[in-house]
Amino acid sequence: MNAPGKIDPNVRNFQINFGPQHPAAHGVLRLILELDGEIVERVDPHIGLLHRGTEKLIEAKTYLQAVPYFDRLDYVAPMNQEHAFCLAIERMLDITVPKRGQLIRVLYSEIGRILSHMLNVTTQALDVGALTPPLWGFEEREKLMMFYERASGSRMHAAYFRPGGVHQDLPRALVEDILAWTKTFPGFMDDLEGLLTDNRIFKQRNVDIGIVSLEDAWAWGFSGVMVRGSGAAWDLRKSQPYECYDELEFDIPIGKNCDNYDRYCIRMEEMRQSAQIMRQCCERLLKEAGPVSAVDNKIVPPKRGEMKRSMEALIHHFKLYTEGFHVPAGEVYAAVEAPKGEFGVYLVADGTNKPYRCKIRAPGFAHLQAMDFLCRGYMLADISAILGSLDIVFGEVDR
Amino acid sequence: MDETLKELGVHVKESLPDAVEEVIVSYGELTLVASAPEVIKVLTFLRDDPSCRFVSFIDICGVDWPQREKRFDVVYHLLSPTLNARIRIKVETDETTPVASATSVFAGAFWFEREAFDMYGILFSGHPELRRILTDYGFDGYPLRKDFPTTGLVEVRYDDERKRVVYEPVKLAQEFRSFDFLSPWEGPDYVLPGDEKATTPKAG
Repeated sequence: MNAPGKIDPNVRNFQINFGPQHPAAHGVLRLILELDGEIVERVDPHIGLLHRGTEKLIEAKTYLQAVPYFDRLDYVAPMNQEHAFCLAIERMLDITVPKRGQLIRVLYSEIGRILSHMLNVTTQALDVGALTPPLWGFEEREKLMMFYERASGSRMHAAYFRPGGVHQDLPRALVEDILAWTKTFPGFMDDLEGLLTDNRIFKQRNVDIGIVSLEDAWAWGFSGVMVRGSGAAWDLRKSQPYECYDELEFDIPIGKNCDNYDRYCIRMEEMRQSAQIMRQCCERLLKEAGPVSAVDNKIVPPKRGEMKRSMEALIHHFKLYTEGFHVPAGEVYAAVEAPKGEFGVYLVADGTNKPYRCKIRAPGFAHLQAMDFLCRGYMLADISAILGSLDIVFGEVDR
Repeated sequence: MDETLKELGVHVKESLPDAVEEVIVSYGELTLVASAPEVIKVLTFLRDDPSCRFVSFIDICGVDWPQREKRFDVVYHLLSPTLNARIRIKVETDETTPVASATSVFAGAFWFEREAFDMYGILFSGHPELRRILTDYGFDGYPLRKDFPTTGLVEVRYDDERKRVVYEPVKLAQEFRSFDFLSPWEGPDYVLPGDEKATTPKAG
């Protein structure tokens, strides 16, 4: 190290642009980095390149029309976002989702979790130099997206969770196929872990990188894997259970070293746990029949078959798809444990058929703002490893 | 659940009688209405008080009520992992009065306050870097205000002659359509076309 008096006046810090078109930026992130040699001195993330004004648009739409916007936030796990919005509306309208509807929601939320973690873990491996994991992982994601498609008709932008339940019941064959998939999945996870968990290069790039203490994690607004990696036994599915999570058996993995590698390990274990939750859901779905959405016709549209025979159903259908339902004035904050952390919707209703204000609290936004705090003093090459471990998707960061 | 939240709210109000104006519990959620100059005191108390421990920062956002004298609500959401409880703090402000920045209490308020500034023009005093975050470089206006049009004010296109992207006032081939689906029998506060004849006295 140079003594303070010996600093060469001709050596200046270096400023570089990382992104917006950089494969390791996970989308459209522009980072302005100030470097001293290879040491990162300052990180200034510029976001908003994917800002689409979702919150403004939602204010101009009815509650039902606003649902598809949530798919387009974190497009890696679309249904988890819809879930938060539906929960907010349901809490204000005071309707309960029937058990079968809850099971389907949990099933698809967990598919979303695996979709997201699979993308994150494998692309983070790609960021630190491994090409095979994403090739393997995307094959598995493709299978899961097929399950999305068979339930909703769409691989990604499902609009399947609706206020009051889910849009349609699942065919029996689909539930059986998902059940069969959950049995093959642990084997796949073993293969994937074989590639990464003890991999020397992967560990060199991730162990003791991106350390964040629990106290800092809370204060920075971190949630989900980011606080669990720092040792907090905190998961909304356990601590503030929604739907029927309290009836299902699963464990919450927790890290203790607060670094990238722990977060990777947690994500891997969470995928296994998710598959276990999915298995329990499928087994119950095969046994228990029942409605998949609330039967209140003032909120949930009637089925097509009913509309052909009942005048009242036809009127309800017409009213719900033009005017939509009214939500009583008030405000509510509903949060779900999305794969990336706590995804919340703060909904202010004024008694009309449109939300007055719908603030979307995206976990990635809170995580990304800590880039400067997390990366200071690390090397340039660690930036992409830390960014990968934060699990950023720009759909939800920029909204 | 509501009872414990109520007790918690009363505890905060008793500890900070001049800062907390109102305690509301609705939909199983606790809301404190605080006076704007005291908000930092409330947040610090909630974070540090051993019976609160709202250490987890969740969200800051604005809500626009243009018909009010102080048109903005600044809404803070906090979470206490120890109590397993959430809390919402609301303060009122207008376009010119700054609210004290919460960055000194919660580091995570940094971007959330920038966003509230970007979207609503709410000012935060003592914020280290209060500049726009989500909108374009050089953007003008505050898009989430109720008086800002959903279609925006400018549009961009690539100009082949000037070889760069240019900004122009927005031109819509079709007017932005906003249907009024509220039933005419229950509620609109405007006069329906034709109805004005029923009430105005006949001329002559």
